[in-house]
Amino acid sequence: MVRLVVTRLTGAVAVLLTVSLLVFASGEALPGDVAQLMLGEGASQEAVAQLRQQLQLDRPAPERYLGWLGGMVSGDWGVSYTTRRPISEILPPRLANTALLTVLTVLVAVPVALGLGILMALFAGGRFERSTSVVLLGLSAMPEFMLATLAVLIFAVKLRWLPAISNLSITDGPLEAARALTLPVLTLSLAIAAQIARMTRATLVNLADRPFIEMAHLKGASRLRVILVHSLANAIGPLANVVTLNIAFLISGVVVVETIFAVPGLAQLMINSVSTRDMPVIEACAMIFCCVYVLLLAAADLLGTAFNPRLRRSR
Amino acid sequence: MSQELLRVERLTIGPRQGGPAIVQDVSFSAAQGEIVALIGESGSGKTTVSLAALGHARRGLAFRAGSVHVDGVDMTRAGREDLRRMRGRIVSYVAQSAAAAFNPAFRLSAQVTEPARLHQSRPRPAALAAAVELYRRFDLPEPERIGERYVHEVSGGQLQRFMLTMAMIEQPRLIVFDEPTSALDPTTQVEVLAAIRAAMRGQRAAAIFVSHDLPVVAQLADRIVVMRRGRVVEQGPARTILETPSQDYTRSLLQALRQRGKDSSPRAAARFPPVLEAKNISVGFGRGDAAVLAVDRVSMAVHPGEIVAVVGESGSGKTTLAHSLVGLHAPLTGGILLDGVALPGRFQLRSRDERRRIQMVFQSADTALNPSHTIGQILGRVLKLYFNMDRQARAARVRELLGLVHLRPEHAQSKPGQLSGGEKQRVNLARALAASPDVLICDEVTSALDTVIADGVMRLIATLCRERRLGIVMICHDLTAVAGLADEVKVMRRGVVVEEGRPDDVFCAPRHPYTRMLISSIPQLRAGWLDEALAARHGLEASKISSLELMDTSE
Repeated sequence: MVRLVVTRLTGAVAVLLTVSLLVFASGEALPGDVAQLMLGEGASQEAVAQLRQQLQLDRPAPERYLGWLGGMVSGDWGVSYTTRRPISEILPPRLANTALLTVLTVLVAVPVALGLGILMALFAGGRFERSTSVVLLGLSAMPEFMLATLAVLIFAVKLRWLPAISNLSITDGPLEAARALTLPVLTLSLAIAAQIARMTRATLVNLADRPFIEMAHLKGASRLRVILVHSLANAIGPLANVVTLNIAFLISGVVVVETIFAVPGLAQLMINSVSTRDMPVIEACAMIFCCVYVLLLAAADLLGTAFNPRLRRSR
Repeated sequence: MSQELLRVERLTIGPRQGGPAIVQDVSFSAAQGEIVALIGESGSGKTTVSLAALGHARRGLAFRAGSVHVDGVDMTRAGREDLRRMRGRIVSYVAQSAAAAFNPAFRLSAQVTEPARLHQSRPRPAALAAAVELYRRFDLPEPERIGERYVHEVSGGQLQRFMLTMAMIEQPRLIVFDEPTSALDPTTQVEVLAAIRAAMRGQRAAAIFVSHDLPVVAQLADRIVVMRRGRVVEQGPARTILETPSQDYTRSLLQALRQRGKDSSPRAAARFPPVLEAKNISVGFGRGDAAVLAVDRVSMAVHPGEIVAVVGESGSGKTTLAHSLVGLHAPLTGGILLDGVALPGRFQLRSRDERRRIQMVFQSADTALNPSHTIGQILGRVLKLYFNMDRQARAARVRELLGLVHLRPEHAQSKPGQLSGGEKQRVNLARALAASPDVLICDEVTSALDTVIADGVMRLIATLCRERRLGIVMICHDLTAVAGLADEVKVMRRGVVVEEGRPDDVFCAPRHPYTRMLISSIPQLRAGWLDEALAARHGLEASKISSLELMDTSE
């Protein structure tokens, strides 16, 4: 098991290194000169050259890559081209907002989704399962911007219960923040819960035809016990993967929701940086997204292994 | 007889959506202490009937008429809660494949004692103690600790004994055995049958024993119910059914049993030089000092038109030997020769033509055939790969191949899922034949089939061998199946060939005690076979010690 953890994490580091190379290379491949762009069309040659030197753009690419990579690891993420502030100052509050949004969404969506999936498997073939299926399919097919817009229309515009925007940097007090976060969390929860619930149901229903599940029924176990104990223990591996993929999606893919509700999160920062060609910020964001993905997927694998005696005990 | 525990009356079961019934008008009963065998080929409805005793109908099936009373409760009409109270406590189930019927995520003891927990009959330590007691009775090694293991950590024969423990732990009044030994090799089967007999002896429970194997049934059953196509053909005391059956179908089953493994096709008068040879090959797993030899210095010569049978129980190395012949597992030492020319050990290094000439027929047609391709596509692929035939030529050859294995040309349009087990295995064989090979390696090709169907496939292989001068290596654990077909028999044990020769010599005058044990493990119709088989087994245990001593003195 220890060996497995070590090999899995080594693999994760290798993936991260590869991605860092790709991220850096794609920044290099973009046409145009950053210094020229920052100073505008009318800037003098000397000023551009000076800025180039200041940004160390005149050094060869491999050297800059290594310097950048070293900075990433040691916490010196460089300086934003547009605001001229260190990225290590800009990023953390943004990351905190996105993380808060993600954690709240996970806490709401995952238990609800798993519970719903289990109920659907328990009543498979019945009216409850079929109607829930249709609703969930509709929800997972609906784009988030539509869910978000509908939510704003109903709760903010018509009912006036909740604020339409969630700019956390200008809210004060936890109650205000909670009110501000309700709509984005609700929207995101609907989006990921539908998918997780559907996968939970499918995984459990697939297991229902296995001989050991039939055996559990024939031993006299109740239907609830068969699902909760006998099936679920074998579904943890696949479910862990679905859940973590959704969490990873929340970290990096909440652009739409952050934009609509004006949440000052990481995705919003990245979008803004792309429009201003602020490469150091884009690169830092990309690396954070990638880290989250790789670590969560490794966690899902390890969790799946931990609950599979065959894999766990053979190493 | 004493009190009646099970009464099945005019039971009819069919698809929920309508359509022809799968079980029609079945009636029989079992009294306390009585073992009733349900016998018939696959698809005869015997498992469906046996599950009805637990009030269970598989997906899509429904009880249509009749009743199944167990201890006074009609299981076909009982409510969910009543069924829960009955299952595991009054009536318990022993499934065919123990490997599939145990949950891979939990320790065995937790599953074995689960019925006691579900019915709150006794505290967990007491249930565990009862389980250990049964493990000991069924001869499981380390009874105190073996329950801590998971499914993948014990053997198939051991698992079946765990299943037996699970079925017995609540001392039920009726036990349903659903082909409990048909997934095991003959020597393991003997052990498990002995455990079942030990379990039933002195119990007041009744049992339903579902099987397609008459000799196995003959050892245990008090009464036999013969089923075919969902109906009872005949029933009566075991002795009467086995000795003086009244129906033609039962007679044909008994006849097939006597005819098994007899080969009527003419053999070649002269012997051809060997087409495939293995010289002193050793095949192992792992590397260097840690290597474990699965095949230890084995030699064989396969002549055109002859069958070499390799027999032994599971774990004897016979499948590894087959894999090394086709190049799936390169030997560590020794050589493989095709027409006297050395062949590379790994198939990747063999030329396409060398690969074509040695074909393998895999054990399980279910996993060897792509379920989403038609039979025509499956066979056509081989023809395209080796002979680059165009569409028309392929279609013609596919028809020819299907005829060769006694299938109809229409089968080319079917997918494997639409065929029966015997038909699938024929397709599997045709797939190998499509390469026009010189040597066929058949790995346990009939172990998943009923006796009668298996016998048909074996005869087909023998006929092809004689008519087309194919050299055949037949890997098999079933001695009766090869006794009359093979030209040469090799008995393998723990990677070593312990005995070899002409089948008549090996079977009639076996020299090695292991061969004697294998032969004694073949189920026989006569009463008392099980005791003889167990006696031979103990004889081997004794000889193992003496052979170890021999090895000591020689070194």
